[in-house]
Order: sequence, then structure tokens, then C-alpha cells
Amino acid sequence: MHVPDGFLNAPTSVATGVVAVAGVALALRGARRELDDRTAPMAGLVATFVFAAQMINFPVGAGTSGHLLGGALAAVLVGPWSAVLCISVVLMVQALFMADGGITAIGTNITLMALVGVGVGWCLFVVARRLLPRRTSSVVPAAVIAALLSVPIAAAVFAALFVIGGTAPVDGGKVFAAMVGWHLVIGVGEAVITGLVVASVVATRPDLVYGARSALTTRELEIRTTP
Amino acid sequence: MGAGHGHRLHFHGHSPVHRAPAHLKLLLLLAFMLVVVATPRGWYAAFALEAALLLGVVALSRVPLGYLAPRMIIEVPFAIFAVLVPFISYGPRIEVWGLTVSEPGLYAGIALLVKGTIGVLASLTLAATTEPQAILRGLQRLRMPDLIVQIMGFMVRYLDVVTAELGRMMVAMRSRGCDPRSPRHWPTLARAMGALFIRSYERGERVHLAMLSRGYEGRLP
Repeated sequence: MHVPDGFLNAPTSVATGVVAVAGVALALRGARRELDDRTAPMAGLVATFVFAAQMINFPVGAGTSGHLLGGALAAVLVGPWSAVLCISVVLMVQALFMADGGITAIGTNITLMALVGVGVGWCLFVVARRLLPRRTSSVVPAAVIAALLSVPIAAAVFAALFVIGGTAPVDGGKVFAAMVGWHLVIGVGEAVITGLVVASVVATRPDLVYGARSALTTRELEIRTTP
Repeated sequence: MGAGHGHRLHFHGHSPVHRAPAHLKLLLLLAFMLVVVATPRGWYAAFALEAALLLGVVALSRVPLGYLAPRMIIEVPFAIFAVLVPFISYGPRIEVWGLTVSEPGLYAGIALLVKGTIGVLASLTLAATTEPQAILRGLQRLRMPDLIVQIMGFMVRYLDVVTAELGRMMVAMRSRGCDPRSPRHWPTLARAMGALFIRSYERGERVHLAMLSRGYEGRLP
């Protein structure tokens, strides 16, 4: 879903660039609250993990494959602000060091995948967590819902941007239907992998999962004895 | 970084393009691409001029096209979309090589393909002629927030470490008869990814402690 150069016109690219700068500036302040002076090494390593996780392809059908976007996954694991920062850095490194995603489209890519992907993912996660019982095991279904819906919502935002500033005379409704339909399928893959990864981390190191912290604080020591 | 940790895209050289300061190259790339993106479709003379300018820089950098061309494969998914545009666009139909396509869609598709290709080649030229550390220093000079540059620096530094760790996990999984691409083995794959997250997170904590013990106070020298 890396938008290349020339896909959206120059004014739209510049406008999304401004949105991205504002969002990343907010995330910088928020991440300092989440990670304090550990921000640089921790966010760097988590960004590297997200990059590695994105290397995993899964078949989507018709011979093509999608890959993990990781917005919801990163938000649940390290918190929303750090996640925005990590995904933004991944996108910048991909554009500047690997020519993946256009340099004029960095703002668009950050807005879609870091701001919308993580923001929507985290909001859905918080709502779902509130509706589910307050247990560490509830983190997994909440993460699944967040991943499942954040991907098509990001795709819908892209379709809206395309209607505003697209450079091809394609019917807006068609783009919307194609993008959202396609990303619903990718969202299912994203949701399954996100859920399984979160479940495996919650099972071994629940203290590392940011989204599980509120549940952990209320957990009481349970002494099990064999009869 | 020790030997052997060079960047995958970097092509060692001593041309004027290699020696140019990184912040200048970053600014020029951004300005050039903004001009390319803003070029109206149908201005083929302008596209030809932009492409000639870019090829001139590539020639000056003495990075062989045979090195850059295979790396342009990154553009393929997008190129497929650009080829489809003439068929799915609205507008009056014309016939090209026996195919009925939309006329404005055809021009839009050509413009998309040209702009996208110029963008990928320009970005590749920057990555091929500039050391990662130089790009980071260039970003610093361009007033990119210090924390972002530090995070990018850590990512660039540990990229090979973490991807190699993932590679070893994949080899271990495959040698035990597991196919990481098949959805049937996703639970196993996900446990490996969970382990990779925990290892990356703990590595970050160790790196932070190591930095503190060497006098880190929030800024890199």
C-alpha cells in the first residue's frame, strides 16, 4: 500500500505532508511520555521489528500477496504514540534508503498507515477492550477487531484522497469499492496474524504488552495448590 | 558499524554525485520530484527533459544502469495499476492496437507510469550514491527533529541484526517441515514473530542500558 510519486497531485501530497508533520510532532511528545529517555533505542528496535514483520507475505488470492501493515499490532504492543513514531520511521527509512514509496508521497503514506492505521486501530482496540471482560486474555480479541477494521478504514481514507487529488480519471465509487473490498481480505490476514502474535506475547511476557497493562494492574495473585 | 554492514542499495564510488553533501541531495531530490509530480500530463517534452536530467545525474554518478534496473522491480505492483487505468477509466473510447481504451485514462496511465518510474529511479540514485550515515547527517542538517534522526539511526543500525534473526528463525522453521507462507502454519509463524518482538524489545532495553553506562543523556555525539 506504499503510495508512489505521481499518484496524487502535488497540492494533495503537500497537504497530507502537513498533516503528517503535525501528527508526528504530537507522537514525539506522546512517545516521550510512554518511553521517557528510552525512546530512541526502544522505538528504533520496535521499528526494526515492524519492518521485519512486514517482510512476511501472505497469499490474498489471484496469485497476489499482501503483507502485514502492523499498525494495530504496534499500537497494542507498544502504545499508540510510540507506534505512530515507529511506523512513520519505517516509512521514512523505506522511502529514503530503499526507494519504496515516493519521496513526495511520504506525507500521504505516513498519514494513511501511521496516523489513520494506528489511530483507528488503537481507538477500536480501546472500545473493544472496554466492552470485553477486564482480563489479559481479552487483549487478543480486541487486537483482532482493531486489525480487522483498521486496514479497510485506511484504504477508505486513501480512496477519499484519490477522489480529491487523484491523477487518473477513474470513477471514485469504483476506486472506493475496489480498495475497501481488497483490503477487507488483507484485513482478515492482518487480523489473524495480529491476534496470534499478540496472543503469543501475552502468554509469555504480558508485562511488555502496552494494551494489557490496565488489565495486569487489576490482576490478583492467584495461588493454585494441587489437592 | 563493522565491516559487512554496508547498505544493500549503496554502490561504492567517488563520483561528484557521491561526494555531494547529503542534505543538498535530499533537498534536490524533493524539489525535483515535486516538479515532476506537478508536471501536467501530456507535457511530453517536459517529461523527456526531466528524464534526461535524471539520466544525466545517473551517468555522472557512474552507477551502472545494470545495477539500478533490477532494483526498480519495487515499482511493479504500481505499474500494473497504471497499465489497468486506461481500461477502467471513464471518458470517450479510442482504439489502440486493436484494444478499446478510455482516452483520458490512457494519457493518465502514461503520466502515472512516467512519474512513478522517474520517482523510483531518482530515489534509487540517492540511496545508491549516499551512505546511510550521510543521509542521517543530512536530515539532521535539514532540522529534522533529533529524536527522529536517532530512531532512524537505530533502525538502520539494527536492520541487519533483526532481519538476520528472523532469517534464522525461518530456516529453523523450514528445516522442521514448516512453510511460513502457508496459512496452515500461521500459529507457528506468529509465535516466532512474538518471540522476535520480545527479543527486539529486550535488545532495545540492553542497548539503552549500555548507552546509559557510556554517558548517554538523550543526545548522540
